[in-house]
Amino acid sequence: MKPIGVLALQGDFLKHIQVLEEVGAETVQVRDVENLRSIGGLIIPGGESTTISKMLRRWNLMEPIIKLVRSGLPVFGTCAGLILLADELVNWNHLPRIGGLNLIVTRNAYGRQIDSFEAQLEIDISGGPTLSSFTGVFIRAPRIESNGLGAEVEVLSSFEGFPVLVRQKTILAASFHPELSGDVRLHSWFLEYMVEKSN
Amino acid sequence: MSERKTWAERQSSTWKTRVGLAEMLKGGVIMDVVTSAQAKIAEEAGAAAVMALERVPADIRVAGGVSRMSDPRMIKGIQEAVSIPVMAKCRIGHFMEARILESLGVDFIDESEVLSPADDQYHVNKYLFKVPFVCGCRNLGEALRRIGEGAAMIRTKGEAGTGDVVEAVRHMRTLMDGIRMLTKMPKDQLMSAARDMGAPFDLVEEVSILGHLPVPNFSAGGIATPADAALMMHLGAESVFVGSGIFKSGNPARRAKAIVEAVSHYDDANKLADISENLGEAMVGINCGELGDKEKLASRGW
Repeated sequence: MKPIGVLALQGDFLKHIQVLEEVGAETVQVRDVENLRSIGGLIIPGGESTTISKMLRRWNLMEPIIKLVRSGLPVFGTCAGLILLADELVNWNHLPRIGGLNLIVTRNAYGRQIDSFEAQLEIDISGGPTLSSFTGVFIRAPRIESNGLGAEVEVLSSFEGFPVLVRQKTILAASFHPELSGDVRLHSWFLEYMVEKSN
Repeated sequence: MSERKTWAERQSSTWKTRVGLAEMLKGGVIMDVVTSAQAKIAEEAGAAAVMALERVPADIRVAGGVSRMSDPRMIKGIQEAVSIPVMAKCRIGHFMEARILESLGVDFIDESEVLSPADDQYHVNKYLFKVPFVCGCRNLGEALRRIGEGAAMIRTKGEAGTGDVVEAVRHMRTLMDGIRMLTKMPKDQLMSAARDMGAPFDLVEEVSILGHLPVPNFSAGGIATPADAALMMHLGAESVFVGSGIFKSGNPARRAKAIVEAVSHYDDANKLADISENLGEAMVGINCGELGDKEKLASRGW
């Protein structure tokens, strides 16, 4: 399998790398355009979406990543990664970003840090496995709005009436942090079903 | 999926969510700001978070007297102005200032030596709070005492408000030496090491196995340039706090942006050269060597 790129401009990219290495994937830290060559998939980690957006433009990564995502490179965004992949943002729609997910996201909609929480999620992947009791760690989390979901968006898990894990063809995105839960099943599934099958 | 959730299915403010926010701030810059306008400049420059203060440390030094928690009105103004996390400082041991900050919904509390200590023996019991805490340290023992009290993030203290990086370097090297020493130490010596550094045994043992602190480790106190920030990242910092260094410089917006870029590309000297160009005057600063021991803020904390 080709190595998995992990966007390493800011945020918890090392946590993603730990999980990927635990399940046997090779990884590349993406800080420059050259790092995008020969990757088989891309992870956009948690962090501050405003900071990551600035750095994407500063180091000329925005356009190349948009092209790769449009051309079908498997990509997995968590928290800030979800924000950067969303086609529409409530309030912060001017934030320059990658896009590709036909849905509406509200930043920090679950509240401030004192409202951050853990929840047990049921993840049901059509044509794939069911991941039961997956611990979702939600930190100042963005919310995927239940209205405005594009027809091509599959909801793989919901919590309290809102989608928390979605897939649109080659794009997977979560409003929580699977890289912080100590559970490797979602990364494993991403590699096995979304990366290997596309390469 | 909309049925009522039980307590076990939704738990707020767990240890994972508290340390998790610190994880999200990695590879970023946390900037001291004293007004909403500064907070917006910081956010625009790419800060991962801001620290809301009435005075930056350089001005606290000049003003003298007792330095306390900021006016809640001012903190609220900054919370309304930006979408990134907002931190605020309470005095060492002042758990009521901490309660007030928590009720304001700040995202992190810095129990900070930059303010006048309220308790000369004890720190806040940080496990009793929903909001995560960051605390300063000069060495491994101090770091592990603070983690033992519930700190979700550690920052080396450096010497705030000086613009002189020498103390930040010394504290980070001392901390990292302490960690390296433990990883090489035979297990039967760990208890005596814990006694000598005044740290909880369990945490000493954990560090000896992990080879790093169990929470993120950031750097503070004297960082004034992109090169300073990159230096601290090389020495083991996972992010940097910049206090007076930005808004006491000639061109805060440009310098703030440059320090953010330097943290993300700390290993690339070509890019750092480019980033460091034409930033205007750095803060004038104070040489730490000229400060008397009583003037050093870093000695506050027990």
